[in-house]
Amino acid sequence: MLEIKCPHCGSRSQNEFSYGGDSSVKRPELGKEVPDKDWDDFIYFRNNPRGKHSELWHHVAGCRQWFKVLRDTSTHEIFKTAKLTEEL
Amino acid sequence: MTQKYRLDKEGYINRKKSISFKFNGKKYFGYEGDTLASALLANGIHLVGRSFKYHRPRGFVGSKEDEPNAKVQLYDGAKTEPNAVATEVELVEGLVAKSQNCWPSVSFDLGAINNFLSKFLPAGFYYKTFMWPKSFWYKIYEPIIRKTAGLGVAPLKPDPDRYEHKFEHCDVLVIGSGPSGLASALAAAKNGARVILAEDKSQFGGSLLTDQVTIGNKTGKEWADETIEQLKSMPNVVVKNRSQVFGYYDHNMMVMFERTKDHIESPSEYIPRQKLWYIRAKEVLVSTGSIERPLIFGNNDRPGILLASAAKEYIKKYGILIGKKPIIFTNNDSAYDTAIEFKKNGINPLVVDVRKNSESTVVKEARDLGINIKFSHAVANTKGYLRVNSATVGKLNNDRSSYENLENIPCDCICVSGNWTPTVHLSSQSGNKLKFDEIINAFIPNQSRQNETAVGSANGSFTLKKSLEDGFHKGFEISNRLTKKNIKSDTPSSNEKNYGKHENFWCMPLPKNKDYKRCVDFQNDVYVSDIELAIREGFRSIEHVKRYTTLGMATDQGKTSNLNGLQLVSNIENKIVPEVGHTTFRPPYTPVTIGTIVGREVGKHYRPTRKSPMHSWHEKNNAVFVDAGLWLRPRYYKQGNETLQQAAKREGANVRKNVGICDVTSLGKIDIKGPDSAEFLNRIYTNAWMKLPVGKARYGVMLREDGIVFDDGTTTRISENHFHMTTTTAQAVNVLAHLEYYLQVVWPELDVNVLSTTEQWAGAAVAGPKSRALLKKLFPKIDVSSEGLPFMGFKEENLFGVPARVFRISFSGELAYEINVESDHGIFMWKKIMELGKSMGIQPYGTEALSTLRIEMGHVAGSEIDGRTIPSDLSLEGMLSKKKDFIGKRSLNREAFLNPDREKIVGVIPVDKKTMIPEGSHLVKDKNAPLPNPKLGHISASCWSVEYNNPFSLAILKEGKKRIGEKLYAMSPLKNKSIEVEIVSSHYVDPKGERVRS
Repeated sequence: MLEIKCPHCGSRSQNEFSYGGDSSVKRPELGKEVPDKDWDDFIYFRNNPRGKHSELWHHVAGCRQWFKVLRDTSTHEIFKTAKLTEEL
Repeated sequence: MTQKYRLDKEGYINRKKSISFKFNGKKYFGYEGDTLASALLANGIHLVGRSFKYHRPRGFVGSKEDEPNAKVQLYDGAKTEPNAVATEVELVEGLVAKSQNCWPSVSFDLGAINNFLSKFLPAGFYYKTFMWPKSFWYKIYEPIIRKTAGLGVAPLKPDPDRYEHKFEHCDVLVIGSGPSGLASALAAAKNGARVILAEDKSQFGGSLLTDQVTIGNKTGKEWADETIEQLKSMPNVVVKNRSQVFGYYDHNMMVMFERTKDHIESPSEYIPRQKLWYIRAKEVLVSTGSIERPLIFGNNDRPGILLASAAKEYIKKYGILIGKKPIIFTNNDSAYDTAIEFKKNGINPLVVDVRKNSESTVVKEARDLGINIKFSHAVANTKGYLRVNSATVGKLNNDRSSYENLENIPCDCICVSGNWTPTVHLSSQSGNKLKFDEIINAFIPNQSRQNETAVGSANGSFTLKKSLEDGFHKGFEISNRLTKKNIKSDTPSSNEKNYGKHENFWCMPLPKNKDYKRCVDFQNDVYVSDIELAIREGFRSIEHVKRYTTLGMATDQGKTSNLNGLQLVSNIENKIVPEVGHTTFRPPYTPVTIGTIVGREVGKHYRPTRKSPMHSWHEKNNAVFVDAGLWLRPRYYKQGNETLQQAAKREGANVRKNVGICDVTSLGKIDIKGPDSAEFLNRIYTNAWMKLPVGKARYGVMLREDGIVFDDGTTTRISENHFHMTTTTAQAVNVLAHLEYYLQVVWPELDVNVLSTTEQWAGAAVAGPKSRALLKKLFPKIDVSSEGLPFMGFKEENLFGVPARVFRISFSGELAYEINVESDHGIFMWKKIMELGKSMGIQPYGTEALSTLRIEMGHVAGSEIDGRTIPSDLSLEGMLSKKKDFIGKRSLNREAFLNPDREKIVGVIPVDKKTMIPEGSHLVKDKNAPLPNPKLGHISASCWSVEYNNPFSLAILKEGKKRIGEKLYAMSPLKNKSIEVEIVSSHYVDPKGERVRS
């Protein structure tokens, strides 16, 4: 079980959090024309890197804040966590 | 009864306390401090079980968790425990144990016929033989194989014991209390670290309990006792015995089980049987020691053939001789200690050593004591069916491919030693890349991936001096990273015997023209010939050899067999062991009962139960409850001998005719506040929200980004910047997370706050033609006319002094209102409504009637919003705003979503108007078409229409409404039904929605 440092609450066990995917994905702006391919990429396609991955986690059983985590997908090492307003 | 093999002295048992126990129906005695294994051995019992596949008689091999054979069934009935390891079971008054995998008894076992058929049962036999005919596997082969090949029997009744979980944090977790463990725990503790020391055994000290050593001016045991006392007195140290750390997980999460009850004679009923500890340690010191390897020779699996270290342990710890005519068979010096212990207790052992010679002090000591040693000799074979009675010993020829002469030497036990394997399991589980050490011929930890450090013999250091030095050094160094206190402890001086090098010769050749079975994995019955066969058949990877032969796959996880198996594969393949590699070590290190893992999360404790404030009223009024997520909701209120369907019909009809009341507290409620709230809803919902007036509610549909319908509900504008959202019961949690995601991650510029208020409000739906009259009684001050409180209207008013919210919304399709009050007043509200509605014939209705009402109205719910449907599939295209963008809109014009023959919602009635259509039935054109019969759609929800008094269902059907009027078949192979049905509109009752607006 991972130990994740919520930037608001401190270190907590993984079972307080839920995973929210790649944090580098940006939702296309509302009301803007989006080509089919870009929209497909946004909805369905994600990189699946072995190694460093910046991701979103939600502290559901805590402060209920979403935040960013830089994690190694093969070793589970967590290098850094940050608030949404901060850079990883 | 006498304990024939018990010595008068030696051992740490309490001879004053005799303990009686039963094994295979017979009563025996042992002493306090015994294990089941030592107590049986004291009574001269070696035969404890039968092997897994060939039912060969088996006895003890080890003295601790490495034991592969002595798996026993403990106790009877609900308390019974299969596969308990006799060497790990502490003796307690009244213990009952029996052998497993034998019938009718362990000494006469009919299954042993397999041993004579063993030529026909090689590795992979099952895969090869029981392939045909295919249908036989499930019904005939598997049940028979399961019966004959197996371990213990699982209890059929619920576990009567209680298990607990505990969470703990520490700076340093030390696993194992041998010399290196004690040293490192002491050094770390003195340096100010918070330390947990975990020992699997009841006694601390590990090898110090059996080895003849001194530390400072004390014996090893004295030093261990003193160190433990010292650690126990320190406030920063937790010392635990009977505690096995069995799993090493990510981020230094260690899992350990503690045996808290079974060893106590009359335990308090409040003691849990075992505790599961989750320990998050900043640093972990693995001092788990090492396990002796057996040697491989003909019929090396007979009862009476044990590890030399086990024999020594039985003498030193329990005062037991495992036999009185021992042969010690070894390729290294450590087994000489066992020979010396026998000699000291008046027994003359014979040492058979494969090496040409050895000059170490321990061998000299043995010689000086007059022990007979045969160098360059080996045991080629053994005899004795239920217990070894002789060994065939011969001089190895020069290239060790055979024997020069063979003689039969009578014996009653053989103590074998094939050198030591560091217990690297936990290190490997942590991600440590192991390396092969050529000197000790075993894997040791090398490159840590987590904060994990191995010390002592777990790290390949087999001398006491090195273990202590390592322990004190690493204990200080690691704790200092955390405490920075620089308090260093001195390593005490120590004295031990000197041991020479082992010889890496461990698999004895077969004498000419003999094909004796040579066992590699005792528990899973894997022999040298099986591994040779696997390689002949082309299995190369060690992982494949493992799976094909089942080497190391038993409950002992190959503690005694893995390395021998690896060496064998490398020898046959002419490779070196590091090239072959090792199989993966996985948790648990030793078997753990499922009860311990589950802990208190059993029965009702499995998950929390959510109850509405009106729950007690429902209970008193004969409600039959149903799980709705975590909530318990009344399904129906039983009157007399009613069935579910009768009750739902009565309750539903009363809503259509008079007025009904339904507890809707479980619906998700989210409070939305902030100046951008309307804009936010406008983006989240598919319809328009900017112009919703204060005091009005609106029905909304939410999509996922991929266009699939996510949830629906009504949201009310309480004031300009304040909304009250409702969600379905099932999706309440997910909708909140969804809203938070968009507010925090996607549109942080929106000034909106969301908060779940599900539990703050108690809700009651009042529905039916008489609901207006009832409302008038409840809220005399409100103008309840259609103009005063129109459909989708909202008012705040007092309900006899209690602040209440009144919504005119309807799920049942009737004229209906929903009243919310603060939860604490829920029961007051409910009773008041019942009281004032009495004259109008009010009746409560449960979820079954609620479903009936919504189904016949064609309102969609979870069975239609099933994660596959888009708005147009559910006739919700009218809800899609063309003027604005919203979540999921861009996805709706994907090709598949525009396909005209998508499956869409329709109504279905059986042609006979009598047969209920099972939910989940498939709709097909031709009921006699060959399988697979092309599916046109499925029945999503069924009810008995109270309006028309016949069955009615909703279905998701290809081409949807275009098929209205068509006749199809609803097929339910599960219920063995095929029903002719007619497709109708999904709005079966009041298609124009006049009632809700009346």
